[in-house]
Amino acid sequence: MTEVTATPDLYLSIDSLWKAFGDFLALKNISLDINEREFVCFLGPSGCGKTTLLRAIAGLDLQTKGTVMQAGKDVSNLPPSERDFGIVFQSYALFPNLTIEKNIAFGLENTGRSKSEIAVRVAELLALVGLPEQGKKYPAQLSGGQQQRIALARAIATNPGLLLLDEPLSALDAKVRVHLRHEIKELQRKLGVTTVMVTHDQEEALTMADRIVVMNHGVIEQVGSPTEVYREPASLFVADFIGEMNQIPAVAGSGDTVTIGGATLQSQQHGFSAGMHVVAAIRPEDVIPHGDGARSPGAPDEIETPENAFEVDVAEMEFLGSFWRCRLRHEIFGRDELIADFSINAVRRLELAEGKSLTIELPQSRLMGFAPAGEA
Amino acid sequence: MTDLSADKLPAGPAIKGKLSRDDIIMRLGMVVIALYLIATLVFPLWAMLSKSFSTFQFDLGAYELQISDEQGKYSGNIVTPAQLNAELLVLGEADLIAGSDSRMGLTQFFPDFSFRSPVMYQIRNTTETGRFLVGSELKTGTDWLELDSNTFRRVQMRPVKATGLGNFVSYFSTPALFNSIKNSLLIAVISTVVTVTLAFWFAYALNRSCMRFKGFFRLVAMAPILVPSLLPGIALVYLFGNQGMIKELLFGASIYGPIGIVIGSVFFTFPHAFIIISTALAISDARLYEAAASLRSTPWRTFWTVTIPGARYGLISATFVVFNLVITDFGLPKVIGGQFNVLAVDIYKQVIGQQNFEMGAVVSVVLVIPAIFAFAIDRLVQSKQVALLSARSVPYQPKPHRSADRFFLVYCLLVALFIVGTLGICQFAALIKFWPYDLSFSLTNYDFDRMDGGGWGSYYNSIKLGLFTAVAGTCVVFFGAYLVEKSNGFKTGRALFQMFAMLPMAIPGMVLGLAYIFFFNNPANPLNFIYGTMAILVICTVTHFYTVSHLTAVTALKQMDREFESVSSSLKQPTLKLFRRVTVPVCLPAILDISIYLFVNAMTTVSAVVFLYSPKTSLASIAVLNMDDAGDIAPAAAMGMMIFYTNAAARIIHLLVSRGVLQRTQAWRAR
Repeated sequence: MTEVTATPDLYLSIDSLWKAFGDFLALKNISLDINEREFVCFLGPSGCGKTTLLRAIAGLDLQTKGTVMQAGKDVSNLPPSERDFGIVFQSYALFPNLTIEKNIAFGLENTGRSKSEIAVRVAELLALVGLPEQGKKYPAQLSGGQQQRIALARAIATNPGLLLLDEPLSALDAKVRVHLRHEIKELQRKLGVTTVMVTHDQEEALTMADRIVVMNHGVIEQVGSPTEVYREPASLFVADFIGEMNQIPAVAGSGDTVTIGGATLQSQQHGFSAGMHVVAAIRPEDVIPHGDGARSPGAPDEIETPENAFEVDVAEMEFLGSFWRCRLRHEIFGRDELIADFSINAVRRLELAEGKSLTIELPQSRLMGFAPAGEA
Repeated sequence: MTDLSADKLPAGPAIKGKLSRDDIIMRLGMVVIALYLIATLVFPLWAMLSKSFSTFQFDLGAYELQISDEQGKYSGNIVTPAQLNAELLVLGEADLIAGSDSRMGLTQFFPDFSFRSPVMYQIRNTTETGRFLVGSELKTGTDWLELDSNTFRRVQMRPVKATGLGNFVSYFSTPALFNSIKNSLLIAVISTVVTVTLAFWFAYALNRSCMRFKGFFRLVAMAPILVPSLLPGIALVYLFGNQGMIKELLFGASIYGPIGIVIGSVFFTFPHAFIIISTALAISDARLYEAAASLRSTPWRTFWTVTIPGARYGLISATFVVFNLVITDFGLPKVIGGQFNVLAVDIYKQVIGQQNFEMGAVVSVVLVIPAIFAFAIDRLVQSKQVALLSARSVPYQPKPHRSADRFFLVYCLLVALFIVGTLGICQFAALIKFWPYDLSFSLTNYDFDRMDGGGWGSYYNSIKLGLFTAVAGTCVVFFGAYLVEKSNGFKTGRALFQMFAMLPMAIPGMVLGLAYIFFFNNPANPLNFIYGTMAILVICTVTHFYTVSHLTAVTALKQMDREFESVSSSLKQPTLKLFRRVTVPVCLPAILDISIYLFVNAMTTVSAVVFLYSPKTSLASIAVLNMDDAGDIAPAAAMGMMIFYTNAAARIIHLLVSRGVLQRTQAWRAR
């Protein structure tokens, strides 16, 4: 191993990591840097390798090839007990026959701390996770959310440099999950501990992470901040996996145009050579409604003939509480429908209803071109 | 970000993890227990197998003789016993087949031999490896040895060892021996059909009807587990034997033989079949019955399309377990089999009766085949049963049905009468002074020290064996199961260990016991010193009952969160601390179950230990066998019932301890 010059805040560095289970490659040449105090989420569908990667970082299941550097030290082949991390599992993995206090104290024993020091630290941690009175209870007497907080307290008890969270919220009710999401994020910010969380829940990743690592079939599809990953997906997979995305078969034009069913539309720069089959993609909320040609009172001034604008029929409308999801038809889409999310105001203003028609605009900056799935 | 070229693992060696201290400790532990299983199971079985293929034969051409005249003058004429035999035809081909300990004199080749004659003899081996005895002195080498007539009559040839199928050939050419295969299979099949049928309806009544006294019936059904398998044989002798109370009911047929073995086998295998079938019936899904009812299925049709398929794995499993128990059982056919030979008893007769160890090994090999077959099918079926369980199943709640409930109550009462009656007869017999002549009650039959069977000492030995087996066995089994279940990597080692752990189930007790003789009684074996001690009985019993204990431990361990070890190592705590603080306390109920299982079986087992006890380490179950053999049937019954009461007491203590321990250490289970 050559000498590594760690930038001041580089904490975890994964280089060319491979993991093979027999002939199956679970991780293919993964390289990733994680900075100190950063909260990183591994996001992807089940079987994408995200948990395998986490377990390799922990040393629980060793990678087949590649290196893991933690705090400037090569830990690639070390057993978990010789690495520096705390871990929380989906199942909480609390010791059922030990009280909450003893669970939290488990890792504090044999570390040269006196009994009273341990007791002080346990009380401190219980207060930190907001369960100061529960120390004498057994895990089974707590709710799932409370148990997960205890597991968290146990994991951070020894002040590890790295906190690993393996789908920590997946076993919880939706309400508890949202609440705990926020709490874990708060706690992480307060402690400043570098954290890696594995999740298949995009909402969880978007709300909690500083950076998201989107994985699929053992490779990293994209690394970026939540907004980057959402607004500028690097591949059709990322675009499809995170949020909703219209996917329209198209043919690439020169540089910044795509042709959909004969109509040429302005798009972002896509880098495909003209004539290639691509997928034109736009998020439902990026579709701009313009009414049926007539200006509506109170609407912002519009360009006379906006680019990428055309008239569509409203085939179906679905009320989803805070907005309307509309299925729009146009001959260029063939038998497919364009999905657009319109605000309640817009629907009221434009007096939209099933069967009516309206002009929509697909803004050039939000219309993207991707290689079709399977060709990536 | 996607590297398109990256879908081939680069060449070069995979990363080798550094082993932590825990990894090393756990691997060492696994190696130690695997070595234990190899020394106590694999090697003995290997010794037995090779014994069955080693043949011994007298080689009459291997010696040369010179005979002087009455003046002591030699003519220089050298003869071999082979030449003499060719002239005189003293021995046929079959007479030359021998065992390892056989010896044969030479005087039979000299029709006018007299030990008072002044004729002198000279003898030598024709090869360096030849052997003969003069008295008890072994002579090898090719030097001539001169002997007078009186000494020459004490010359004995020793057989030559070879490897081959000779033992099997002679086994299958002896009808008296290979008929036992047919007998054993016949008995096993009939007993299995009867037991499984009886147990199915008993379990059905307990799980699917609303009859009363279910707890009582459940208790009674389990009672036969607490006694040696030969005890029902003694009861049958009292009922139907030559002086039996109700022998007229057999209309002249003899209880000594297949009838007795079948009835006794039904008695001692009933609980095993009942547990398995009852478990299968208990997990059936009520939703299927609701669906059947809504489709207007008749009860008969529902029974065949829902009940039986739901319990089919249980039924198949019970069938093979019972089959295995019956075909490998030794105690019962020994007591009640009469002239009806079965395989397990043949092993005993060959080894103890005729000292023909090679033939004993051959019969063992023959017996192992159906046992392994039954075992393999049972394992296959059980692995499927797991997949049948569904978390969403709704337990079936039987509804009262007056006539059916009454029918089942009568049925269960009859079965309970059979079980309780059998035990009752034994207890009655034990208290009667001298059946059938003096029917007054007395305790003379409990004066075991005056009987031929080891006396009260054997009873205390049994308790000692039970306790040692329970303690040592539970430790070895549970720790071994933990290492297999929870250690990382080392895949081949773990798979091999699993295989060793499953093997004892397929090995009949008689076979194991005999294998132990071959292995441990070999003076060249450094472990020879444990032969004839309590230690070998403990080791043999632990090994004999290893599999069920191991499976119990593994089941309990599988219910533990897989990630406990990960959490513990991330907290930098030794795995053994986790084992002591969490694993053992959480698994305590299973650990107690294993220990009572081992204790009860150590108290009742006959088959494996019958070859291994010494006068100092005689056991209660062996005493039952030996007293029965000696005609002291009443004391045998008394000792058998002592085993029953001891096991019943042990069960009660186990229940109380479990409950107490649960209350103290398992408070966390309550929400």
